[in-house]
Amino acid sequence: MPLELQVNGRRATVDVDPATPLLWVLRENLHLMGTKYGCGAAQCGACTVHLDGNAMRSCVLPVAAAAGKAVTTIEGLGGAAGAALQTAWIELDVPQCGYCQTGQIMSAAVLLREKPAPTDADIDACMGGNVCRCATYQRIRNAIHRAAALATGGR
Amino acid sequence: MPASALSRRAFLRVTATAAGGMLVAVQLPARGKRAGDGPAGGPPADFAPNAFVRIAADGKVTVIVNKSEMGQGISTSLPMVLAEELDADWQKVGFEFAPVDPVYAHPGYGIQMTGGSTSTMAMTEPMRQAGAVARAMLVAAAAQKWRVPAAECRTADGFVTHEKNHERASYGELAAAAAGLPVPKDVPLKDPQQWRLVGKPTHRLDSAAKVRGTAVFSIDVQLPGMRTALVAHPPTFTGKVRAIRDAAARAVPGVVDVVDVGSGVAVIATGFWPAKLGRDKLEVDWDLGEGTGLSSEALRERYRELANGTGLVARNDGDAEKALGEGTVLRADYELPYLAHAPMEPLNCVVDLKGDSCEIWAGTQFQTVDHAAACAAAGLRPEQVKLHTTFLGGGFGRRANPASDYIVEAVKIAKAAKAPLQLIWTRTDDLRAGYYRPMWHSRIAASHDDKGAILGWKHTIVGQSIIAGTPFEKFLVKDGIDGTSVEGADDMPYAIPNVLVSLHTPKVPVPTLWWRSVGHSHTAFVIESFLDEIAAATRQDPLALRRRLLAGHPRHLGVLELAARQADWDTPAPAGRARGLAVHHSFASYVATVVEVSLERGWPRVHRVTCAVDCGRTINPDTVTAQLEGATGFGLTAALYSAITLADGRIEQSNFHDYRMLRVYEMPAVAVHVVPSDEPPTGVGEPGVPPLAPALCNALFRLTGKRIRRLPIRKEDLA
Repeated sequence: MPLELQVNGRRATVDVDPATPLLWVLRENLHLMGTKYGCGAAQCGACTVHLDGNAMRSCVLPVAAAAGKAVTTIEGLGGAAGAALQTAWIELDVPQCGYCQTGQIMSAAVLLREKPAPTDADIDACMGGNVCRCATYQRIRNAIHRAAALATGGR
Repeated sequence: MPASALSRRAFLRVTATAAGGMLVAVQLPARGKRAGDGPAGGPPADFAPNAFVRIAADGKVTVIVNKSEMGQGISTSLPMVLAEELDADWQKVGFEFAPVDPVYAHPGYGIQMTGGSTSTMAMTEPMRQAGAVARAMLVAAAAQKWRVPAAECRTADGFVTHEKNHERASYGELAAAAAGLPVPKDVPLKDPQQWRLVGKPTHRLDSAAKVRGTAVFSIDVQLPGMRTALVAHPPTFTGKVRAIRDAAARAVPGVVDVVDVGSGVAVIATGFWPAKLGRDKLEVDWDLGEGTGLSSEALRERYRELANGTGLVARNDGDAEKALGEGTVLRADYELPYLAHAPMEPLNCVVDLKGDSCEIWAGTQFQTVDHAAACAAAGLRPEQVKLHTTFLGGGFGRRANPASDYIVEAVKIAKAAKAPLQLIWTRTDDLRAGYYRPMWHSRIAASHDDKGAILGWKHTIVGQSIIAGTPFEKFLVKDGIDGTSVEGADDMPYAIPNVLVSLHTPKVPVPTLWWRSVGHSHTAFVIESFLDEIAAATRQDPLALRRRLLAGHPRHLGVLELAARQADWDTPAPAGRARGLAVHHSFASYVATVVEVSLERGWPRVHRVTCAVDCGRTINPDTVTAQLEGATGFGLTAALYSAITLADGRIEQSNFHDYRMLRVYEMPAVAVHVVPSDEPPTGVGEPGVPPLAPALCNALFRLTGKRIRRLPIRKEDLA
């Protein structure tokens, strides 16, 4: 059954089982490989994308549920906060293996939109669903604070 | 890169020194590469004086990294070393992962692999040589061009200059001419005092790609017409297929085939989801084999009983049995569970198998072994099989498997698929289908006199061998003792006159493998915890006791004193908190860790971790810091949460809800301090892990009076 998707501002038609998790449609049909498979059960956050601006675990989201909504992946992450996050992540050399980091950034982008100057408690509350096996959490925290400063014009 | 090109290039010769270190010489052939016969993928004018560096006409320097990047930062560290001797412009330095070739073998181990925290230790000197040779040839090219003595030329930031004549040429401009020159045999290396790049915090070369989602892990490799396979593995490690009922699986739209590949039953489909649905519908009648009935509880009992007797002797100083008949004796049993590596990127592999060729993409730590296994599985000759190393979404030892399990499985499925094939293990497969840090039991006893001096120490270790039954057995198992089972215990540094360390190696049908820090992950926990028990029993400060026992071990003492000072060891912890410490030497580096902990609703809350590390000269100080931060979180996950358990021969854990990872809100503030050193650089990937758990449990003892002798920590052990 063909489904109309809007991903990173572009329209795409895919013909897949509507129950297919969005993650696999992004990766296999649309070749957007920045969204990662980690657990298939919404337990690690490596697959985090935005659906109408909300952070969603795409590994458990049926693609049919994304139809008619705006899907944003790491490849399409824009805005001042998105750029600030990626700049801060590079500046602080957050990644180790790097596999989870796109999901971390997608979650952090929603956090910065909701709370432009997040506290440590805000970070704990928002980022707790994103696992990093390399345990880069200290740098993730610092990078979010740094990105908040960058996005609000700080240096 | 064609083999003929490589045969003209550098090869490494290694001599083991009496001290157990490595002496590495890069030998270069008399004739260098000529312009026009550049390596595959590079334009003809590239200057490639040896297997590790290529310089293009535009000045871009590509360092060929023969180590796998699994997060440890080696794809930045090795280019830094080469660029230092080359005097390259760091902004123009990039890297590529090496193809499989003997020239890229580990100088000490003879195979191409990444592990044992050995990459900087083994590759720093070859990379220096490779950079220095390239630099010398660029200088020679400039000197020829300008008709000046080479000794009058200077290099910096990717340029050769001749001050007197006001000459200046970029490496890119000189590359073609340099490529036509003979490769010098002996080139001087810089005095480390002159290093400008190495030793300075340097940004990772892979951060941007990883942040933008463009870094390619093997799971991201897509080929036209590629199929995806999921495998139903036997529920027990001794299981075999008896019968397959696959009609329902085959009826799933997108499922292409169902095949028995020995290690399990593969469902081949047009993508992950139909493969998953197909596998869900697959019915396999398993012959579970002798592994049925295996349980963690029964194994614990068996190990406990084995510990009643002395095992094969790994170390015997003085007469420990006699010493245990004197003074006051303390005894304890320590237990540690099986652990899964659980890298964030589950195991996967892409295979493009054609009639007489095979290309493989894998995030592997074990290129030589995997390549050979793939050749055997594909029935092809070595030159017909090409293995591409991608980024690894975490390794921790799991991607260095002597059995090449997931590689062989993928090749076998690809044979049946008759199309490019991607094998993906789901998270559940990754946790259940094997290869774990062994489960360990330690019985330990020590006697001390009334002044607190330790008279005797007896440590009996029980656990499976990782090495037995692998091709590495003849190197790493001596007189029945797997060195990785007792490492950290057979070389315990404390000045105790009578020490007996022995090992029982039960055979259990559970596949085991090295897990970040290998044997040290259990020996450090036992030794550093038990030493704390002795300190408490003899009313000695744990730091003071270690100081006393470590005279003559300046590097242990160096990290211990630094960590203690930075952690404010001599001042009381804030109200409601306590501190514990541990020190351990592993993989040629030294780490001391101080943990500051409180209890929140009966569960440990780690506030602050102070690490001090001595890893010789640091290549990239920021990488050292990052690895110690990460090792702290990794060790904390294991101490607080991780256990792989068996019931009825089956692994009980299935995903991150029951094999829990540390979360951001549990990450302590980690401070890393580096002991300045002029010793050769040593590894930092693993050494931060061993001291974390004992430092934590020693802190919990100070806080609660409860001694943790079994990991992971259970709430009831603190109540």
